[in-house]
Order: sequence, then C-alpha cells, then structure tokens
Amino acid sequence: MSSVPLSQILFVSTALFFIGVFGFLTRRNMITMLMSLELILNSVNINFVAFNKYLYPEKLDGVFFAIFIITIAAAEAAVAIAIIINLYRSHKSIDVEDATEMKY
Amino acid sequence: MLGAGLLAVTSRKIFRSAIWLLFALIGVAGLYFWMDMQFIAAVQIVIYVGGIVVLIIFSIFLTQQSGKEMPKPPMMRVIAGALAAVFGFALAYLLIYQYGFSSANQPFNYDVSAIGARMLSTGNDGFSLPFEVVSILLLAAMIGCIVIAMGAKPEIRKETKIEIEEQETIEA
Repeated sequence: MSSVPLSQILFVSTALFFIGVFGFLTRRNMITMLMSLELILNSVNINFVAFNKYLYPEKLDGVFFAIFIITIAAAEAAVAIAIIINLYRSHKSIDVEDATEMKY
Repeated sequence: MLGAGLLAVTSRKIFRSAIWLLFALIGVAGLYFWMDMQFIAAVQIVIYVGGIVVLIIFSIFLTQQSGKEMPKPPMMRVIAGALAAVFGFALAYLLIYQYGFSSANQPFNYDVSAIGARMLSTGNDGFSLPFEVVSILLLAAMIGCIVIAMGAKPEIRKETKIEIEEQETIEA
C-alpha cells in the first residue's frame, strides 16, 4: 500500500490534532476536555506509525511508541475519570471554572 | 473521521459528543488497517473503543444528566480557539508540504511475533525496560484510582477498578 503518499496521512493527523486543540480550548466541561485530549493523542499515534512505515520500514520503533502511548493514555484516562468523579462528588459540577479553590 | 472528530468537539449534548468520539476512534483504526498495520488497529479498537469510550460514557452517566445541553461557549472563546487551530494547522501543513518527505521504497515487513520478541528482549534494541516501567505505571494508576475514588459510594469505586483491571489484562 505504498500508493498513498505520506503527506496525505500527515494531513489527516494534523487536522485531527488541531480539532483536538480547538475542542480543548473551547470546552469547559472536564469530560469533553478529556475527549479532546484523546483525539490529540490519537493523531500523534497516527504520525508515529506513518513515519515508521514510510520512512524507516526496517525498524519497529514507531510501532512501539504507539503501543506505549496507547497504554499510558488508558492509564491517564482512568486516573482523570477517578478525579472527575471525586470532584463531582464534592462540587456537584465538573466545570473547570467551578474548581478554583487551589488556584491562588 | 475528521467530520466525526469535529462533531465530537462541537456537539452540545455530551452523550452525542461521546458517540462521535467513538466514531472518530473507529476511523483512526480504519486508517491503521489502510496502512496495513493490523495489530495496531486491533489494539486501537480494543483499548480505545472498548475501554476508554466505555469509561467515558460511564462517567457521563455518573456525573450528569445525559440529555441536558451544555451551555454554549462564549463567542470570543470560540473565535480565538478556531483562529488558533486554523493558523496552527496552516503552519504545520505548510511545513509538511515544503519539506517533501522522500519515502523509502522498501517493503515494510512487519510481524506480530517480531513485535513480541522485541518487546521482551533485553538486548541492545529491546523494549524490556519500558515494558516493565509501563506495567508499574499501570499498577500505580490502578491503586491511585482506587484511593482517589474511594469515598461515600463504594459502587463507583468498584466500577473504576474493574475498568482498569480490564485495561491491564488487555495490555498484558
């Protein structure tokens, strides 16, 4: 499948990255911010795998980076959701504007 | 896929937003299939679609009414965020376009058993140390989740724990 040029895959991953950035900047709900973060991590994974396949086909490092990023993203999502549930229990809200006690 | 991702960050009902995120992640898995990376695509589907999206949907159910619409973000913030995203995208894509990657025209031989062997080899280019570090990280995340979510409602704690254990077994 070498007929697909690398720049098209990079176009898709860059677009996905900046969609995630847009969502991260505009949303104020913690769960939706977490979802935007997942989009950003996914675009980075696409980049790693695509560079590995197209530029360094004799190595496997990009695949390993993708696997480890997926693992760490899973752990991070679990911890973040535990924090969100705890915050909801104490504040009855998961909006980031409402959790400002530790700001100053 | 991009449309699903865009809807995931702009939809005002949070539950629909989660479902659009699901479709965007499936689209990413399809992209991996298209690049002949079946193992990464399978890992993507199992962990993201089967684990993280389910976790997110559960947390949506636990924290708020799913039919309620979220308040619209202020227009100033939308404009600023869109400008930042568009200019960043333009810059990054211009760099990609100008650089002009020369692709190495070798066949990409890629084998799941090769991944497994490199994952556990302690040699010069093995990934045994990151593997162990990640396993410790997963253990720490699991214990941390239990400690953080431990509180008045034990059923929430149990659910989080089960989700993490699922992911841990998937990784192992």
